[in-house]
Amino acid sequence: MKRRKAEECFFKLMMAGSMVIVLGSLALILATILWRGLPALNLAMLTQTPKGGYYLGKEGGILNAIVGSLYLAGGATLLSLVASLPIALYLQIYATRSQMGELARLALDVLWGIPSIVYGAFGFTLMVWLGMRASLLGGIIALALLELPIMARGMDEAIAVVPSALKEASLALGATRLETAGKVIIRQTAPGLLTAILLAFGRGIGDAASVLFTAGYTDRLPDSLFSPAASLPLAIFFQLGTPFPAVQERAYASALVLTVIVLTLSLLARKLAGRLNTHIVR
Amino acid sequence: MATPWYRQRAETWQFPLGLNRRLQDRLGKWVMAWLTLLTGLLVPVIALALYLRVQPILASKPLAELLFSTTWHPLKGAFGFYPFIIGTLWVTGLAMFIAVPPSLLTAIYLAEYASERVRGLVKPFIDLLAGIPSVVFGIWGILTVVPFVEHVAMPGLGGWLGFIPLFRSDNPTGYGVLAGSLVLAVMVFPIIIAVAEEVIRAAPQGLREASLALGATRWQTVKHVVLKHSLAGVMAAVVLGFSRAFGETMAVLMVVGNMPKVPHSIFDAAYPLTALIANNYGEMMSIPLYDAALLGAALILLLVVLVFNLASRLVLVRLVRQA
Repeated sequence: MKRRKAEECFFKLMMAGSMVIVLGSLALILATILWRGLPALNLAMLTQTPKGGYYLGKEGGILNAIVGSLYLAGGATLLSLVASLPIALYLQIYATRSQMGELARLALDVLWGIPSIVYGAFGFTLMVWLGMRASLLGGIIALALLELPIMARGMDEAIAVVPSALKEASLALGATRLETAGKVIIRQTAPGLLTAILLAFGRGIGDAASVLFTAGYTDRLPDSLFSPAASLPLAIFFQLGTPFPAVQERAYASALVLTVIVLTLSLLARKLAGRLNTHIVR
Repeated sequence: MATPWYRQRAETWQFPLGLNRRLQDRLGKWVMAWLTLLTGLLVPVIALALYLRVQPILASKPLAELLFSTTWHPLKGAFGFYPFIIGTLWVTGLAMFIAVPPSLLTAIYLAEYASERVRGLVKPFIDLLAGIPSVVFGIWGILTVVPFVEHVAMPGLGGWLGFIPLFRSDNPTGYGVLAGSLVLAVMVFPIIIAVAEEVIRAAPQGLREASLALGATRWQTVKHVVLKHSLAGVMAAVVLGFSRAFGETMAVLMVVGNMPKVPHSIFDAAYPLTALIANNYGEMMSIPLYDAALLGAALILLLVVLVFNLASRLVLVRLVRQA
């Protein structure tokens, strides 16, 4: 009897310890980024593009990377939205309980698992075939591939919780399935869909490996789809690669900027889902 | 309150083509089905595209040499992946060794012990951890984990257990397998926890009640009944974590030291496949077969991750259908 209680107690302690490790590492990461990033952060970093010799510790900021990242992730999110929404609607409205629907879900899950460096390599291969150079468009395409499974599966899950009675009511009134999808389902699940979009956007903006060869890098703001574009993760990576402590400090500040953007998106997604959910007919 | 304009627009909105409604429905289905099909074909297309680019090096060198030769010297035409494959396995293996126990215990706690309130409080933080970009993990690795390995783990572990080759340290910096594994372990926590928790929670409630009614303690129930029931799913969760760690690039690249040698101790520097691709892609176009070799590394990554992912997803899909 005593041994059983002791064992229970032991594993409870282990579980508590594990929770401390997991949550503690999140706290440690955030604390490290804040502690090293905050002192190096200033307004000029956020509002200026790099001046000449930036990586030698000269003046300027990372505006090019911030804007570039927003363009890249924004374009990729738009592009993958165009594919994700129809796919999610198809899976939930036309291909319910079909073998093909399950297969498509499996394919999306597998796509989700493909490492982003592989998307980068594939994107680069694609660009070589098309004769494109490293550009905003190339980065957008690679990132869109990365975001597609995240967004499509997120929307799929969001639409899955719509009560089937609602669908049936719409169909019974004589609406076609397409009309049900466009006028009932999309409006009912708007918060869930938006959450999926925000999460995919957040994933896209934080990814470095897929834009490494496809988007290139530049100190200027991108002025067309065919010019190279900087991105925040790569700006961090390059600043860190210089031997100058002052520039490395800026990498920490840039990491703070990226973390704040990503965490804000993630919190926003959660908040939106929570708030708008209350307006849904159940 | 008046109906806002966008509501009005939405309510009177028609699909723009002046088509018959039934035809619109058919057309919509057709377009959506094709988009879904094309997405499904993306995996084979990516694999095929990479394979075609890798073809030249496969044609000119035996596969065994590529996989098992230890010399990597692109300028002399020597492309041995062995150190990189072993480096990947070391870093990923050690990361899983570190990550699995705490993740599973956390998942068990969240699924079996935690109240609804605690679960609701903790899960958002685990989601936050999942959302942190990999470069930020890398920065954290450089600022915190590498110094920890250099000043704490290496003198401690290396000093005590240095007589075992696994813990011998002749690497003066903290950059190496252990640092990479620690960072990777934290990166896979949220994946294993999320999937394992879901699987454990899906075990039928009746099983638990039966076990508790027979006088088993909570932990005995978990150990003998719940975990046994969800073993396949828990394994799938671990495998998913493994394939994530296997393909992770930037964070690992920043802390493993990147030396193309086979590591022999957890403090040695390693050079995983992902880091190899990321570090050399820019300069590969000028050297013959170099691009084929690097895309070969990408193909190896893709195939390994594909197999593991497919296997664990199939297990999970079957479990969900059962539940």
